[in-house]
Amino acid sequence: MNVIETFRTGTEAVVAHRLRSALTVLGIMIGITAVILTVGLGEGAQQQVSSQITALGSNLLTVTPGSTTSSTGIRGGFGSASTLTVADATALNSKVVAPDIGTVAPVISTNASLVAGTTNWTTTVVGTDPSWLTVRGRSLTEGRFIVSHDVTSKANVVVLGATTAQQLFGARDPIAQTVNIAGQPMSVIGVLNTVGSSSGSSTTSDPDDQAIVPLTTASSLLFSGASRNSVSQILIQATSAGTLSAAYQEADAELLSLHGITNSAAADFTITSEAQVLSTATSVDKTLTVLLGGVAGISLLVGGIGVMNIMLVSVTERIREIGLRKALGATPRVIRRQFLVEASVLGTVGGVLGAILGLIGAEVLPHFITDPITISPVAAAGAIVVAIGIGIAFGVYPAGRAARLAPIDALRSE
Amino acid sequence: MTTPIRQSNGSMASGSDTSPVWIEPTGTFPVNRAPVIEARDLWKTYRNGTLEVDALRGVSFEIQSAEYVAIMGPSGSGKSTLMHILGCLDVPTSGSFRLAGEDASTMTEEELAHVRNKRIGFVFQQFNLLASLSAWRNVELPLLYAGVDRTERKRRALDSLERVGLESRVDHRPGELSGGQQQRVAIARALVTNPDLILADEPTGNLDSASAADVLHLLDELHVGGRTIVLITHDAEVAGAAQRTMRIRDGQILEAEMVGMAGTGR
Repeated sequence: MNVIETFRTGTEAVVAHRLRSALTVLGIMIGITAVILTVGLGEGAQQQVSSQITALGSNLLTVTPGSTTSSTGIRGGFGSASTLTVADATALNSKVVAPDIGTVAPVISTNASLVAGTTNWTTTVVGTDPSWLTVRGRSLTEGRFIVSHDVTSKANVVVLGATTAQQLFGARDPIAQTVNIAGQPMSVIGVLNTVGSSSGSSTTSDPDDQAIVPLTTASSLLFSGASRNSVSQILIQATSAGTLSAAYQEADAELLSLHGITNSAAADFTITSEAQVLSTATSVDKTLTVLLGGVAGISLLVGGIGVMNIMLVSVTERIREIGLRKALGATPRVIRRQFLVEASVLGTVGGVLGAILGLIGAEVLPHFITDPITISPVAAAGAIVVAIGIGIAFGVYPAGRAARLAPIDALRSE
Repeated sequence: MTTPIRQSNGSMASGSDTSPVWIEPTGTFPVNRAPVIEARDLWKTYRNGTLEVDALRGVSFEIQSAEYVAIMGPSGSGKSTLMHILGCLDVPTSGSFRLAGEDASTMTEEELAHVRNKRIGFVFQQFNLLASLSAWRNVELPLLYAGVDRTERKRRALDSLERVGLESRVDHRPGELSGGQQQRVAIARALVTNPDLILADEPTGNLDSASAADVLHLLDELHVGGRTIVLITHDAEVAGAAQRTMRIRDGQILEAEMVGMAGTGR
């Protein structure tokens, strides 16, 4: 009996037992779909994180007030709520002290209510200077950004994030409109480009929902008392990714000296690299992928054991058929092959259907969840190969049992 | 096409695996005078734990080509065991058993499968048709295992079904056929490889009397056409259809009756 005939006989048996075959295929299918989707989710998350690293710039440092110690956790600065000042930022911007630091942007931020006509929207108000745009790597869709003159003259101007503009003005053009921030009327001069929400990282708030005002305007109008000259963050962009650690050391040394601190362990500020945070996020995502992949792998194994189960039941149920085929001249090898073909057909059909379902799921699911799914063709092909392998591997034992049945015992059974 | 498939020297026709030679199941069947079955002192012992049961105790007989022999005995007489050995479904514990000149008592499972495929056509009490296959697909099964190509299989299967008068039912599944028709499909399947021996095990056991008479008449026709038939039954009336009856009891052959033409008992 040649390969084609063996294949035909095996396939016919699969078709003849439709319900049983369908259930087996379903088991394999779910396993394969699970593998493709979970691996896709993990890969999607990783890609998102790495694209965020690129977007943020890997040469960005953030200086925040206060420091962390191993024993007490976060420690506030000496004497006041915030120890970072505009003067610190100006000092860091010096090419002499810090040659590896490219651009510096001091940032004050707070949450405030924005009112435009009758519309009210609470968002993050950021007070900064013109270099913020470069450091953050942003651009404008319309209007202009804050210029030096706005900072020196404490101009009442504001640049809105795309989401903020949409919330306050809807479809209307926000340029030259007036927004009241903490009771102060501000003229809208520009709208930021859209960068999309960053669900993968908790270190930044929604970059499309914020209002940017000149640093001086923010400190005099929106903040009071001692915090007037302090800033909540200093953003530092190194001249390149390669000089990031040099920039880090220069900033650290300069700030320690400015603050009169000799012991670096007692520093009243913390410098973090965004890339550092994101690489941690990436490794977390990788761990998640491995975990999810493991769970999916187990479901695939369960599917494989399902195939073995069905094939064993099939052997028991079909003792008479096997006996008859043997009486008519089928050798043990032919019987074994028939059952192997049946198991592999089930595995293959389940694998292909599972891959198709996985691809459909990868198209449909992102519309309902925020996370992207990246399908790797290698994973899909691998899953199909694994499904066929499972069919064969878990079909061998039942096939062997079927082949060993004595024809007389088989024919006698009722 | 009148080439006889039997080989007088008795060795297995190894070339027939690749180029099987088939002759038409027609009345012009060449009669070969060499015995189809030669059984010499067959013993079969079953072991059930420490208990040993002799199902056959030294059975010897010959069946000539074109004979129609009934083997008759009550249940527990050893007739099923004998049938399994005659059908190459089992091998004897001792003694020699030659089928169409080949010693089947020492064959491996693989060799027995080939012998069953080429030399024997089975007709069972339970019909043993595959429910998922149409009549002609059931009939072609032995040819499938013999490695015959698809078009040739279909042609032979249809010929065989025509021989048993079921040419109008070739595409029906067993479930759509009456018991008598199913048994005729089974006979067509037994004929399709043009075997040396047709082994019928209680072929009328599950049939009403009209269908039973029909099947016995068909076997009779095949015998007249030159087929060698061994009929196993417990029913004396059914056994009466054969030329010769061998009675078996307690694993031994009691007597051999001659009805009509040649053949020797013990």
